[in-house]
Amino acid sequence: MPVSIVSLNKTVTQTYQARIYVTLRLSVLDPAGTAVQSGLKHLGYNNVERVRIGKYVELTLTADDEAAAKQQLDRMCDQLLANPVIENYRFELLETAEAKRL
Amino acid sequence: MKFGVIVFPGSNCDRDVAMVVRDLLNQPTRMVWHEESDLSDLDVIIIPGGFSYGDYLRCGAIARFSPALQATMRHAEQGKLVLGICNGFQVLTEAGLLPGALMRNRDLHFVCDRISLKVERTDLPWTQEYQKGQIITLPIAHGEGCYYADADTLAALEDNRQVLFRYCDASGAATPAANPNGSLNNIAGICNRQGNVLGMMPHPERAFDPMLGNTDGRNLFEGLLLGMQAIGTR
Repeated sequence: MPVSIVSLNKTVTQTYQARIYVTLRLSVLDPAGTAVQSGLKHLGYNNVERVRIGKYVELTLTADDEAAAKQQLDRMCDQLLANPVIENYRFELLETAEAKRL
Repeated sequence: MKFGVIVFPGSNCDRDVAMVVRDLLNQPTRMVWHEESDLSDLDVIIIPGGFSYGDYLRCGAIARFSPALQATMRHAEQGKLVLGICNGFQVLTEAGLLPGALMRNRDLHFVCDRISLKVERTDLPWTQEYQKGQIITLPIAHGEGCYYADADTLAALEDNRQVLFRYCDASGAATPAANPNGSLNNIAGICNRQGNVLGMMPHPERAFDPMLGNTDGRNLFEGLLLGMQAIGTR
């Protein structure tokens, strides 16, 4: 669309770094977490109660603003990075570079 | 009937499946590279076992976005047959063609074994050559075959009789001890609501040729041919 081309030329995009945490839903058993918990017990950490193992993903992306970046990240997580049947996700967004003019 | 076997980078049971449908069943068969997007010539699409795209991120997660799988989804929407074996089952759940998910085995081990299965339903092309309640033996080989679905989905699966194969003991009882991976309700294979998409962790293609010492998988493929003929004459 011509409108977006015009706006692209004028827009200042930001680079963001995202830290994405994918965790198993509470209702889902985590046999690896249970095994690690038992390992910690063997080391004497009897106070450890609930070990859950998840995934951590870092990525950088460019977007017009924070809201656009968050919207995209939500879609990425729903479509690929997490499986909503068994996993939840959350992310943090950090602005890394200022004002790269297109 | 024409079979297509999808080949992803990392698939490793594709030639076993082709050996069965092309060389032992004498059906026209072609290998489908994952980048192909026109599968309209096929009657049955089989997604074989293996480690598609290295199983990076989650098993089957990346395969879902391949052109061949997008075409498979259109194929399934038309009511045509789709079979996912092992990694193929994982791909089908990731793609949303089947409900639930396949997770790390309960005991965290890769399990390579022969197990007993109960055939729960025989009114579909997949299982019509078996007897209802028949106990068969098929090989399994997987690290992530623990079937999970939330309680509502699981209840719907049972209510709609979508469980076709269940892990069982020699007497047919679905006990925890007979469950090799911790799957809920001892689920080994399920179909979609319409019955044209089947996903299963056991490998029927490895139990077809008598030379391998087990032919319990044979009825699945042979039933498929009968079912297709019946559909064709309707």
